[in-house]
Amino acid sequence: MDMPVSDTPAQAAVHLRRIERRFGEHRVIDGLDLDIAPGEFVALLGASGSGKTTLLRILNGLDRADGGEAEVPAAVATVFQEPRLMPWKRVWQNVTLGVRQADARKRALRALAEVRLSHRIHAYPATLSGGEAQRVALARGLVREPQLFLLDEPFAALDALTRIRMHALLLELWRQHRPAVLLVTHDINEAILLADRVLVLVDGRIAEDLRLDAPRPRQPDAAAESIRQRCLALLGVGGLPSHSSH
Amino acid sequence: MIRQALRSMPTRARATGRPRELGRTLALAYRLALRLASPLCILLLWELASRAGLVGSHIIAAPSQIGSTLWELLRSGELADHLLISLGRSLAGLSFGVSVGVALALVAGLSRVGEIAVDAPMQMLRTLPSLALVPLFILWLGVGEAMKIAMIAFGTAFPIYLTLFSGIRGVDAKLVEAGRTLGLTRLELIRHVILPGALPAFFVGLRFSLGLSWLVLVVVEQVNATEGIGFLAQDARDFARTDVIVICLLIYCLLGLVIDALVRALEHVTLAWRPSFIKGA
Ligand SMILES: Nc1ncnc2c1ncn2[C@@H]1O[C@H](COP(=O)(O)OP(=O)(O)O)[C@@H](O)[C@H]1O
Ligand SMILES: [Mg+2]
Repeated sequence: MDMPVSDTPAQAAVHLRRIERRFGEHRVIDGLDLDIAPGEFVALLGASGSGKTTLLRILNGLDRADGGEAEVPAAVATVFQEPRLMPWKRVWQNVTLGVRQADARKRALRALAEVRLSHRIHAYPATLSGGEAQRVALARGLVREPQLFLLDEPFAALDALTRIRMHALLLELWRQHRPAVLLVTHDINEAILLADRVLVLVDGRIAEDLRLDAPRPRQPDAAAESIRQRCLALLGVGGLPSHSSH
Repeated sequence: MIRQALRSMPTRARATGRPRELGRTLALAYRLALRLASPLCILLLWELASRAGLVGSHIIAAPSQIGSTLWELLRSGELADHLLISLGRSLAGLSFGVSVGVALALVAGLSRVGEIAVDAPMQMLRTLPSLALVPLFILWLGVGEAMKIAMIAFGTAFPIYLTLFSGIRGVDAKLVEAGRTLGLTRLELIRHVILPGALPAFFVGLRFSLGLSWLVLVVVEQVNATEGIGFLAQDARDFARTDVIVICLLIYCLLGLVIDALVRALEHVTLAWRPSFIKGA
């Protein structure tokens, strides 16, 4: 990875200090601090264009920060909004891609069983439904046994029913494997339903860091509603980028 | 009443299934006959005009004469000999041309330095009509086999280069990024992401190259050749054998179709993942 990465201390999966990322004059990430504990499920909310994807690209090493310190675990997996499967590889070959262990195929089949796709392992991606393709992407992340699982609006393109099933599946996988999860979403309800912590990204920084203690599966209650209102206020009032590009 | 009638409809259709199918076959035969009617009429008129002495055989031979000459050439094995020679030249030229085109496209497509070194000269050279180079190639390589094969190689390298280069550059950047997050090395990215992604473009280039190899062949086989389909046509011209010339044209047609079918079959095997090729999709 081409960014300053050091071994993470045992008490944090992600440790970011004063992270900066600029595109020309536009400071998208501007002095951001963030800690995520091992096994913690964190949801990141932010208006469109607020820099959520930019932050994730720093965490998974696709881009480097322009300043600050970043400590990220060695095993990071990413699921994007689109499945991004290689169309020329069968489902199981997509999952083994880049897996170095000798029993890669066995591991892939196990991961595919966990996302309930054992019957589709030989299919080509073009024949999968949107939900199935995104489950393959989950299995492809899972098979790497990540300490940090990054998900960039992974359910945004799915229909409502499929999304509900995917929520349950993601929680189940997280309970089984306990990676730290950073789930980017624009859906406040999704964040409240799934996460231990909800972060709101405004002006290139974490503007709000809210803890959720209610046991899962969660019901919409008064506490959830007050969190919802606070997030909405932050996104509605401060959610627009304050520095325009011209 | 209506609902009952609707429900009984499928059964009735099934009962009348066979007559219907027969009807469809008849309709198909009728349409085929309709399509063939005009060409057959033209052939007939052509034959009659030849027999009546309206069109001399130095203009164009009668269909019946073309048929008997074809039979003669086939029976003596002469046609097969010429055809094999031509196929051999085309294959030799193609294998050089395709190899060079692929190699240059990889160099230019996979590295910035390679692009700077290779792409500009290739883009300039490609504007040359390759057949205009025949005199130069004759000066360099003589009038023998080397010149013929080099001409085919030169002509066929460009379509491969152009399509494969743009295919490599056109691979979905999102897939390449996904590959990087999976920890693929550069070589693995090339092998598992970039080359498979560029393969459909390569096949487009291959089709062009195959077509072009025949075009070049027709011309270079008229330069000091004693064998080959091009020679056969040239020789026939000297003796005003329009029947043989027409046979050569038919061979070119047929080969074009055969080659197209071969490429299609190759695509079916190697691009089996494409939605249009997946069975039942
Ligand atoms: N490669 C880039 N070049 C220039 N600007 C970029 C680039 N990537 C992102 N940006 C800008 O950074 C801002 C944040 O983008 P992004 O992180 O994708 O937002 P989101 O929160 O919607 O994921 C946007 O204003 C976007 O235009
Ligand atoms: Mg985004």
